Amino acid sequence: MHLDHADTYPPRHTYGATGPHRPDGTRRALRVGLGGPVGSGKTATVAALCRALRDQLSLAVVTNDIYTREDAEFLLRNAVLPPERITAVETGACPHTAIRDDISANLEAVEELEETVGPLDLILVESGGDNLTATFSKGLVDAQVFVIDVAGGDDIPRKGGPGVTTADLLVVNKTDLAPYVGSDLARMARDAEAQRGELPVAFTSLVAEDGVRPIADWVRTRLAAWTAAPA
Amino acid sequence: MPTNETPPPPRDVRGPAAGGRSPSPDGPDRGRQPLPGGGVLGGVGALLVLADGRFPAGGHAHSGGAEAAVAAGRIRDAGSLEAFCRGRLHTVGLTAAGLAAAAAAGLDPLVLDDAADARTPSSALRVTARRLGRQLMRAARAAWPSPELDALAAARPRGAHQPVVLGLTAHAAALGPPEAAYAAGYEVVSGPATAVVRLLSLDPFEATAVLARLAPELDQVVARAADAARRALDEGPDALPAASAPLLDIAAEQHATWSVRLFAS
Repeated sequence: MHLDHADTYPPRHTYGATGPHRPDGTRRALRVGLGGPVGSGKTATVAALCRALRDQLSLAVVTNDIYTREDAEFLLRNAVLPPERITAVETGACPHTAIRDDISANLEAVEELEETVGPLDLILVESGGDNLTATFSKGLVDAQVFVIDVAGGDDIPRKGGPGVTTADLLVVNKTDLAPYVGSDLARMARDAEAQRGELPVAFTSLVAEDGVRPIADWVRTRLAAWTAAPA
Repeated sequence: MPTNETPPPPRDVRGPAAGGRSPSPDGPDRGRQPLPGGGVLGGVGALLVLADGRFPAGGHAHSGGAEAAVAAGRIRDAGSLEAFCRGRLHTVGLTAAGLAAAAAAGLDPLVLDDAADARTPSSALRVTARRLGRQLMRAARAAWPSPELDALAAARPRGAHQPVVLGLTAHAAALGPPEAAYAAGYEVVSGPATAVVRLLSLDPFEATAVLARLAPELDQVVARAADAARRALDEGPDALPAASAPLLDIAAEQHATWSVRLFAS
């Protein structure tokens, strides 16, 4: 389904993240991408965000599993959102292709969610676990979060790469594990700042009470800015 | 003849169904320019864009039945990949190329969409064809804006069959029916070849050599498809090829139920 006005020619075709309005002129849902290496806690972060935000916001999630529907099923099993608000996109063994080079399936998914359960305030698009170069297309999302964890090695912020360097929010997850894996959080913070300058970094431990708070607060700030922008 | 500066003329997709030959420049020779010294120049530049494996229309997530064939042991190496692709090319490839050529020749895309349904016995593959058609429509409208694509998108909001959208896209790009058939036929074999490189870690040079060896047969399939499309302008869509591959249909139905898979189809 195409959400564009029928009376403009040549029309806009992608209804991508660059076009912020619905056909009726209101602002569409903010789209936030979550990417990062395998096992860093993307799905757990999405689940925690849903629990933290679902009472105040109308939410939906798109997952990009690599070879199963496990991420979508994890979210369903944990009942973080009603099933009609969770869609799984299949990526043909290339998660980065589906979020960056050929975003057509993901755009279909976000537009379908807005059609079937909308209007929505926020859509979270979770990438399949990938490598440090995986980033989201600006045609798909308005902002992206890159999730790494302390157990993946405390030199990852120093190594940089497009995800660590350019994401709108860098999350360093599983801080509770730092003492056990010998990761130096202060060093990670220094390295991240050197790579990212003014861009924010959140250190999280999702096992702690309200551990997702720093990310949820960042999302709320982005959403307030999105909603307040001129219509 | 149209050039890149001259957009194709608007066409009502709900216009007269197959039967009346469309006026020039909608005929079979559309998009071709005579060359000094003989021969014709088709819009090869636009064809390269359309047939590029990186064209963002969702194909990367589909294996064209190769994932099921690998699991069943029917594709094990370059030789069995070639046999698989050859079978696909002369069955579903011919059918897809005929539909695409007919859409590019000016047959009513809604009539062709019904004809594609009738030629796709597997429900799973009908769903796949419409999903890919919708994804292609998105990329096509961005690449070659045209009222005829807008009209088909409005008439089939859940997606038309991918070969029909492909043919109409070729038309919007000022390509002729043979070029549309080339894009459709090539995709039918290049998709599985790419997928098998990932599934079997097959040597990518061997996979590409398979495609190169099939190229002369692709030429033959395109000739048959373009000829059928020409006849379909007078005789209707029944003149189009209806070749199918029952094993592909059965395997596609089974594949759609797998809980762990790399590709969507």
